[in-house]
Amino acid sequence: MPLVRNEKITADDFVRVADDATIPAGGNVLIPLARFLEDAEALLQRDGKVGVILPNNRDPDDLEPYLERLALIALVFPTFRDGRAYSQARLLRERYGYDGELRATGQVLRDQFVFMIRAGFDAFEVKKDSDALAFEETIKRYSVFYQPTADGRFTALRQRLFRPYAAASR
Amino acid sequence: MYAYDDIDRTLLSERVSEFRDQVKRRLSGELTEDEFKMLRLQNGVYLQLHAYMFRVAIPYGTLSSKQLRRLAHVARTYDRGYGHFTTRQNIQFNWIKLAELPDALADLAEVGIHSMQTSGNNTRNVTSDQWAGVAPGEVEDPRIWSEILRQYTTLHPEFSFLPRKFKFAITASKHDRAAIKIHDVGLRLHRNDKGETGFEVMVGGGLGRTPFLAKTIRHFVHGHDLLSYVEAILRVYNRYGRRDNIYKARIKILVHELGADKFAQEVEEEWRQMDKRVLTLTDADIENVRSRFSYPVYENLPHMPDELKAAAHDTRFEAWRKNSVAPHKVPGYAIVTLSLKPVGMPPGDATAEQMDAIADLADRYSFGEIRVGHEQNLALPHVAKRDLPALWRALDKIGVATPNVNLVSDIIACPGLDYCSLANARSIPIAQELTRRFANHETASLIGRLHINISGCINACGHHHVGHIGILGVEKNGQEVYQITIGGRADENAELGNLIGPAVPYGEVADVVEDIVEAYLALREGPDELFIDAVKRLGVEPFRERVYATR
Ligand code: SF4
Repeated sequence: MPLVRNEKITADDFVRVADDATIPAGGNVLIPLARFLEDAEALLQRDGKVGVILPNNRDPDDLEPYLERLALIALVFPTFRDGRAYSQARLLRERYGYDGELRATGQVLRDQFVFMIRAGFDAFEVKKDSDALAFEETIKRYSVFYQPTADGRFTALRQRLFRPYAAASR
Repeated sequence: MYAYDDIDRTLLSERVSEFRDQVKRRLSGELTEDEFKMLRLQNGVYLQLHAYMFRVAIPYGTLSSKQLRRLAHVARTYDRGYGHFTTRQNIQFNWIKLAELPDALADLAEVGIHSMQTSGNNTRNVTSDQWAGVAPGEVEDPRIWSEILRQYTTLHPEFSFLPRKFKFAITASKHDRAAIKIHDVGLRLHRNDKGETGFEVMVGGGLGRTPFLAKTIRHFVHGHDLLSYVEAILRVYNRYGRRDNIYKARIKILVHELGADKFAQEVEEEWRQMDKRVLTLTDADIENVRSRFSYPVYENLPHMPDELKAAAHDTRFEAWRKNSVAPHKVPGYAIVTLSLKPVGMPPGDATAEQMDAIADLADRYSFGEIRVGHEQNLALPHVAKRDLPALWRALDKIGVATPNVNLVSDIIACPGLDYCSLANARSIPIAQELTRRFANHETASLIGRLHINISGCINACGHHHVGHIGILGVEKNGQEVYQITIGGRADENAELGNLIGPAVPYGEVADVVEDIVEAYLALREGPDELFIDAVKRLGVEPFRERVYATR
C-alpha cells in the first residue's frame, strides 16, 4: 500500500507493531492506542519516534496529554463510507492543536483525498497504486470551497466579501 | 431568485469533471460497482428496477424559467420526455444512461442546477416553503438562510460520510408548508424580543420504519450562529450516530436513544468548545447572500381588477380560482398552484412540453419564476390578478389546472413498484385509481381539505405517516397488501397517523378510502370541520367501526 506524504509517494519510515508483537528497541513505531496507553511514558522515552493508531470510535481526548510528543497519529477508515475519522482529524488539528503527521489509513481512495486534506490529514496510506499515482492531479480538482476548516483555504463567503459585487456577478 | 456567481459556477464545473472521470473509471472497470456506488449516489444516481435514476436538486424549491427549460431539455434528450417531482423539492429522471450522465450534468450546470448530495449518506438538498418570499405574514425570506446552508453543506469535508442521509428544512411562516418536523433538522425562523432573527431548532424528525417528529433542542439560535450550531449537531451525529444497523442510523434514533435533553446537552457542549469565530456569519456575509437574490418590481395593481370580475361568471374558472389561487403579500398579486395531479395520471409527473410551456407562462406572468412544493405540485409565485383568467386558460390547455389542490385527489405518492427497486407494492396505480374515484369536483369540494399519502414500502418516501389518510404498501405471502392510517399531518401541528385496521389487498384500497371518506361525511359536525379535525375529535374508533363493519 503506497504512502503519500507531501503529495509524493514515499517510503514508510514507521514500523507497524501488531497488538501482540514485541516492540523493537529502536526505530519509528506505529502502535495501536490500547497498547500505547498501557505504557505510554516508557514508549515515549525509547529511541525512535512514536505514532499511535486511534480507532474511529475513540475520543481524541485520550491522546491529549501526549500530543506534543507524538510524531504520528493514524486514523482509520474501516470502509470509505465510515466518516468518523474526519471529525477526529478536525478535532485533533483545530481543537487540540496537534501538528504532527496525521495519516489516513484503511480504505483510502482517490475520491476522498480533497475531503481528507481539508479535514487536516497530511499523509495517506492509499489503497490502490493508481490512486496514489493520481494524487497530485486529484487534489487540484477543486479550487472553490464553501466551508472554513483549518487547512486555511479561503472560503467562498470570504472570497466574495473581498471583491466588488460587480465582479462577483459577472 | 438566487444568482450563481463565478465561484458557484466554478465549483459546479469542477464537480462535473470529477464525475466525468468517475464514470470513465467505472466504465473501464477501474472502479468496482461497490466503490462507484457511493460516488454516483453523491451525485444523485440510483440504480432502479429498469435503469439508472437521476435525481436533481431544486434547492428550496425555486426555479427560473431558464432552469425549468433546461430540465425539459434533459427529459427530452436523455430520458423519455418527462420528469417526476418528488416530495423533497427534487426532480427525478427514470431512464438515464450512465454514459450520458456527465453530459446531462454539464447541461444542467450551465444554468446553475446540480444533483450533488441528492442521495447518499450526506446532507441532502435543503428544502423550504414553496411560498417563501411571497407568503403574507412571513418573518423574512427563508431562502437566504437556505442558500447559506446549501453552500455550507455542499461537499462538506467532515460530513460527507455520515451514518445515514441528513435532511434540513426551513420555514419562516406560522403555517408550516415545509414539513419541518419530519426532517432531521427543522429550522423555524422567528424573531426574539430584541427583534433579532434566529431559529428554533428541532432535531430527529423522520419517517420510515421508526417514525418520529422532531423535538426542539433550542428555542433560539441567533442567525449569526446558525452554521456553528449546525456544525455542532452534525459533529455529534457523525461521531455517535449508529453505524451498525442501517435502520438505526438516522439521527432520530440517536436523539431517541439518548433522549432529546441529553442530545441537546451534547450539542451544547460541543458548541461551547468549538472555535466559533470562523463559522460566525457577519451581517456582511448575510447581506452578501441576500444581495444575490433578485426580487420582482411589483406594480401598484387593483385588488379586484375588471378581468377578474368579468371571469367570475365562468364556473370552471371560479372553481379553479377558489382552489388554486392563494393570497400574495403584495396586493393585486396572487400565488398560483399548478396541479400535477390530473385524473388518472401519476402524481408529480410533468412532460418536457409541459415544462417548456410552464417556463413560457412564468416569463409572461410570473417574473420568470417557478416554485416546487413538497406536495409535488408547482407554483407561479408572482401572478398579477388581472392575468389570472388568461393564465388559467393557458394552464388548462396544458393540463395543469385541475382544481384539486389540497383536495382528496391531490395525492402524494412515491414511485413504488413501478420504478423503485426497494418497493414492496405499487403506489402510482393506487393513486391513479383514487383520482378516478374522486374525479367529480363537486364531491371533492364537499369533502374539503384531505391529504392522501402513499408509500410503496416502509421507507416512506410518500410520507404516508403524515397523510390525513396514509397508505403503506407491504408484502405479505407474496401479495401486495396495504396498511391504512388516519389522522397524520405534516404541518405545524404535525402528528403521525394511527392504523385504522388490518391491512387490505391491492384491489380493495380504493374502496376502503371511499368508506373512510363516507364515514367522515356522516360523522363530521358540519362542512367546516375538516377530515383531520374530525379524526382528532373522534379518534380512530368510529372510523374503524364503519369501515370494517362490512369487511
Ligand atoms: S417508499 Fe419505498 S417504494 Fe416508495 S420510493 Fe421510497 S423506497 Fe421506493
